Amino acid sequence: MEWLGTFLRLIWELAVYLVTVLPDMLPIILFLATPLALGALCGVIGERSGVVNIGIEGIMLTAAFFGYLTGFALHNAIGSGPSLALGIVVSVFVGALLGLVHAWLTVSVRADQIIAGTMMNIAAFGVTGYLNRLIITPSGLGGAGVITPFHLPDGVANLPLVGPILVMFFDQGPIAMSVLFIVIALQIALFRTKWGLRTRAVGEHPKAADTVGIDVYRQRYQNVIFGCALAGLAGAFLTLESTGSFQNGMTGGRGFIALAAMIFGRWTPIGAFGGALLFGTATALGVVINVRVPEGDLGTVLKSIPTFWYAALPYLMTIVILAGVVGRSTPPAADGVPYVKEGKS
Amino acid sequence: MTRVRTFARQIWQVASIPLLAIVLAFIVAAVVIVVSSVFTSSGFEPLLPLAAYGSLLAGAFGSGTGIANTLVAAAPLILGGLAVGLGFKAGLFNIGVAGQFLVGAFGAAVVGARLADAPAAVAVPLAMVAGALGGAAFGFIPGFLKARTGAHEVVTTIMLNNAAVLLLTWAVNDLVRAPGFSFPRTGEIGNSALPVLLGRNLHLGIPLAVLTVFVVRWLLERTTIGFEIRTVGQNPNAARYAGMRPIFIIALTMTLSGLLAGVAGAIQMLGVIGFYAPGITASVGFDSIAVALLGRSNPIGILFAAILFGAFRAGAPLMQIETSVPIEVIDIIQALVILFLAADLIVRRVFRIRAPKVELTELKTVTQSWGGAASGTPPP
Repeated sequence: MEWLGTFLRLIWELAVYLVTVLPDMLPIILFLATPLALGALCGVIGERSGVVNIGIEGIMLTAAFFGYLTGFALHNAIGSGPSLALGIVVSVFVGALLGLVHAWLTVSVRADQIIAGTMMNIAAFGVTGYLNRLIITPSGLGGAGVITPFHLPDGVANLPLVGPILVMFFDQGPIAMSVLFIVIALQIALFRTKWGLRTRAVGEHPKAADTVGIDVYRQRYQNVIFGCALAGLAGAFLTLESTGSFQNGMTGGRGFIALAAMIFGRWTPIGAFGGALLFGTATALGVVINVRVPEGDLGTVLKSIPTFWYAALPYLMTIVILAGVVGRSTPPAADGVPYVKEGKS
Repeated sequence: MTRVRTFARQIWQVASIPLLAIVLAFIVAAVVIVVSSVFTSSGFEPLLPLAAYGSLLAGAFGSGTGIANTLVAAAPLILGGLAVGLGFKAGLFNIGVAGQFLVGAFGAAVVGARLADAPAAVAVPLAMVAGALGGAAFGFIPGFLKARTGAHEVVTTIMLNNAAVLLLTWAVNDLVRAPGFSFPRTGEIGNSALPVLLGRNLHLGIPLAVLTVFVVRWLLERTTIGFEIRTVGQNPNAARYAGMRPIFIIALTMTLSGLLAGVAGAIQMLGVIGFYAPGITASVGFDSIAVALLGRSNPIGILFAAILFGAFRAGAPLMQIETSVPIEVIDIIQALVILFLAADLIVRRVFRIRAPKVELTELKTVTQSWGGAASGTPPP
């Protein structure tokens, strides 16, 4: 029975440890969750209107590249701040443009949506790798750096309870800071406005929506383009706010984890944000455990788990969540089904 | 005469769209090359695509070595393409070939190194089987999850790809690292290496891959399992109504698909790479998708498509050296080919081809949404 006692003690120590490191972890969690949350919102908006988009990964990557390229090309001419701001605009624009392509392929051409998304991912990998090798690598120059994060006054972090939360959401760069507002705005828009009602109608029963005069194609185009603009913002976050550099394939599966977060959140903005935070936590845990090793036996146990396992944790968690949750959550009824207007074929 | 004509017309009906898609992809990629040449130090070069495609062709077919390299590069693509194509037949999209390939390569490398001193007649088959089983096991996971819970195989397989890279890196670092090397890798494979049949590098894996084409064709067209796979792909509900077990078929198809991908990894490991080290390329994974789409999931079509993409991979380095057009242009061409195949409307418009009388259904059955159509509801 001794092992059981040790096991329970370790669980207890783990819980205590997590509670003590949580305040320090919170900003990292939001930081890591930001691209996932924005990608997941892209998925929510598109799929609520009936368009599946597994090309989020590629759209993020392409937007990240062109945002970086803008800063890279212009920061000597107009200064680092303005070029970074312009880079964000370019990223969002590139995202929207790729959204237009995806919408055209899936809504107008009625190509297989999963294959269209796969094409997007391969093309993104090819185009960014191609241009990276052609333009950025040979120059040997750096980018425009990263956007300086905003810092709250020192006293705020010491406030009881609210302090760490405030730090989590506001001790961040502009993109990470805006995520919370985008999530809330979209949650309201999706369930309380005309646009939201139309979106959901088109995604659940396009024919009925068409009958009452909603332009199904137009609504889907709008949603996919807008959603992909958010994915573009996620790309901008990766290169302009987070790392300040571009590497081939740097999205590293975030677009797909975002989809898992979306499914986990049952196709609602707030739920998707929650899913993204969960994945952010999983990733942050691996970082924190190595930086602040817990004392005693717990530390020995946690340190004995190889770092690669912590790194693989978000991916494995995605699988578990998909397997555990997807069966019990229902996607929009017309998700992934192209709509053919009557009399057209 | 007329029989030849009819035959030619049949071939054209099947092959015209893929062939024209390739042509169109090369044209669009040429535009990309010309436009992007503006940003390089050498400046605007309108004839650069011709030079690039010329050295691509020369690198792939211009010499005996080139042709050998093309065939060596094609062999894993044949198997990978069959893996993806088999999945398509059952309405499954196995993007996990990259991960299954790595697990197969790792399995073959570990067992191969262990049996390095055993007679080749024992070592080679066992190492191959290890790779095949590794891939099959790694394909079984998403297949089982899809069948039981409806978790979409596209997301689960991609997550498994990422996890495979990390966990295999860990395994090479901590579990099977061979002593005496400056970086983490598995040991020498010695006698487990696939015998070279001809020239410098034409190994046994190439005829094996070609043979597999006909085995898969036989499986799909002449066996009950193959019939059930195709039926589940076209209409899972009808399949269930006819007494088949879509859930079993889905898990089985993903396992077989993973097995093929694992064999691809094994022949690449035992025939070309020789040892597993973190960071070995798995471009075979995404190439295989393009190969399967281009071959329209037909085993014979996949054979030709794989040779084509093998030629791309074999010729691209020479192209990059001679014309400094980045290798990644191959990925762009690949994406364009997939684009034009997924949206064959574009190809039809450009080349003014009427829709075929016999509808090609392969691409239509691939997928719909999250765990909906193909898996149905799990049993109570």
